[in-house]
Amino acid sequence: MAVSTGKATAAGGPARGRSDRRGRRRERPGPLRRSLGTHWYAWAMVAPVIAVMLVLIGWPLARGVYLSLTDATEANIGRTIGVNVIPATYEFVGLENYVRILTSAVFWDKLVWTVIWTVVCVALHYGIGLGLAVMLNRRMRFRSVYRVLLILPWAVPAFVAAFIWRYLYNSDYGVINGFLKLAGLDGVGWLDDPTTAKIAVIAVNVWLGVPFMMVALLGGLQSIPADLYEAAEVDGASAWQRFRAITLPGLRQVSTTVVLLGTIWTFNMFPIIFLVTRGGPGSETEILVTYAFREAFTGIRDYSGSAAWGVIILVMLVVLAVGYRRTLRNQGDPW
Amino acid sequence: MSTRKRGERGPLASIGLHAGLLLAVGVSLFPVVWLVLTSLKPRDSWLSAELRLFDDSSLANYGRVLTGTEFPRWLLNSVLVAGLTMVIGVFLAATTGYAVSRFRFPGHRSVMWLLLVTQMFPVAILIVPLYNLMAGLGLLNQIPGLVIAYMTIAVPFCAWMMKSYFDTVPIEIDQAGMVDGLTPFGTFWRVVLPLSRPGVAVTAFYCFMTAWGEVGYATVFMSQEDKRTLGVGLQQFVGQHWSDWGLMTASAVLIAIPAGVVFLLVQRHLITGLTAGATKA
Repeated sequence: MAVSTGKATAAGGPARGRSDRRGRRRERPGPLRRSLGTHWYAWAMVAPVIAVMLVLIGWPLARGVYLSLTDATEANIGRTIGVNVIPATYEFVGLENYVRILTSAVFWDKLVWTVIWTVVCVALHYGIGLGLAVMLNRRMRFRSVYRVLLILPWAVPAFVAAFIWRYLYNSDYGVINGFLKLAGLDGVGWLDDPTTAKIAVIAVNVWLGVPFMMVALLGGLQSIPADLYEAAEVDGASAWQRFRAITLPGLRQVSTTVVLLGTIWTFNMFPIIFLVTRGGPGSETEILVTYAFREAFTGIRDYSGSAAWGVIILVMLVVLAVGYRRTLRNQGDPW
Repeated sequence: MSTRKRGERGPLASIGLHAGLLLAVGVSLFPVVWLVLTSLKPRDSWLSAELRLFDDSSLANYGRVLTGTEFPRWLLNSVLVAGLTMVIGVFLAATTGYAVSRFRFPGHRSVMWLLLVTQMFPVAILIVPLYNLMAGLGLLNQIPGLVIAYMTIAVPFCAWMMKSYFDTVPIEIDQAGMVDGLTPFGTFWRVVLPLSRPGVAVTAFYCFMTAWGEVGYATVFMSQEDKRTLGVGLQQFVGQHWSDWGLMTASAVLIAIPAGVVFLLVQRHLITGLTAGATKA
């Protein structure tokens, strides 16, 4: 569905004006010149974003990587106070930060929990989302009412959700413990125990994330032609067989995209952990991202350590995305 | 072989379907409903272990939030930051979304990758260098500083979203425009963009919501009380040693309800925009 701006007029020679221009350019020799002639407008359109990304992401990224190779902290990073310029005194230390992090127990602890957090959350998002989407895809009464009410959590900003749930979880006045007491059970200190705190943050994130999956998958379901189901039914396929043979393959495109996006978002989900448990008790619910943040901005600010954490996290995500994409491509997806 | 037609269910299946959906609706609504109810209660009620739905309901907490705290200031800051992020982000990203949707040019794949990879950036990696950069430029505790930081999230996100939307506009429309003698820029500006208004609106809305809900950058960059955004300011209502759930819940309602209303009003468009994005990304 795209116009090739290259030499090939594979797209069926769409624009007379452009072919003319290309014809004129053909007399000129250099391939770079010609490329510039045919593609300049595409590049011009992309230019603002590239410029912004180079300045705002490229430069800080390069500096972040550099910082991760030094021993910079709040104490030795250069700064300017009034007219006094205090020069930076941090030094290049090579891979020391990385070695220190990768050999520390705390990193592996956090990594294991982050992976559990991501896998459990995305699996629940997808599973519940798919279940609800399939239910909503039936013809029935109140369908649009259900749909509107079910997407409501999506409209709540993450930080507001975090505060709401902190109140619900409150061990003394929280409504969840209120119900438990009503049922004659003891209240639970939800956020005080490592296990329940982990369950608690997962519950918040699932509550917040299911509507997105549901809506995306519902869109996917609606794009599957109904006659496929009719044909299958005529052939005598059971509901489960239809689900496996038509629904799941029909949802592949949507599924792969939302699962990848969901994984990235959950892996980096900052506000929920940061605001619901503040990483506590201890640092039990801290995921890699919030831990790195805390390294950089609490106590003596360890800029280099935090930058190294950031680089490690980013590398993991890029590896994940590349691997994911390769798997998809091997299975014949164009993406 | 089943003799039932598609779409027809036995009564038991219908009950099950509705029961399942009602349960889900209960779970999705309960926290919000409880929040609203709590915000209407006086102090001795939210500090009580008893469950009561209504209890001396009043708008006292709202009065306290609006007149006794910095809440209005934070609200203004949040609106400014999110609004600016939205306008600049969409403006910068629109043509890129179009170019990667329509043209195959050398560098196309790299641009697509760049857009995807930058969405993976954890806060931790850019925040330190950006913080130093802002400190150097004197932009800490300044709204433009925070907007600049949000550009790192908003620009790739908007470009990606709009690309997905432009993919759904039939290419014949562009071709018609070009046959009529428009340049690629003219085609984009005068033909495709007007057709894509819903997509642009959806992208803008998401962009606004993302900036509106961001906490990490805002916490670090906006340390001055009167420069805080909502996500940062609200944290002080429920500190480690002191919590005022009345203030907290009332302000949460003030934030969530308008957003929720807008969201529900535009949800149809959101869904088309999003599924267009999801299926074509």
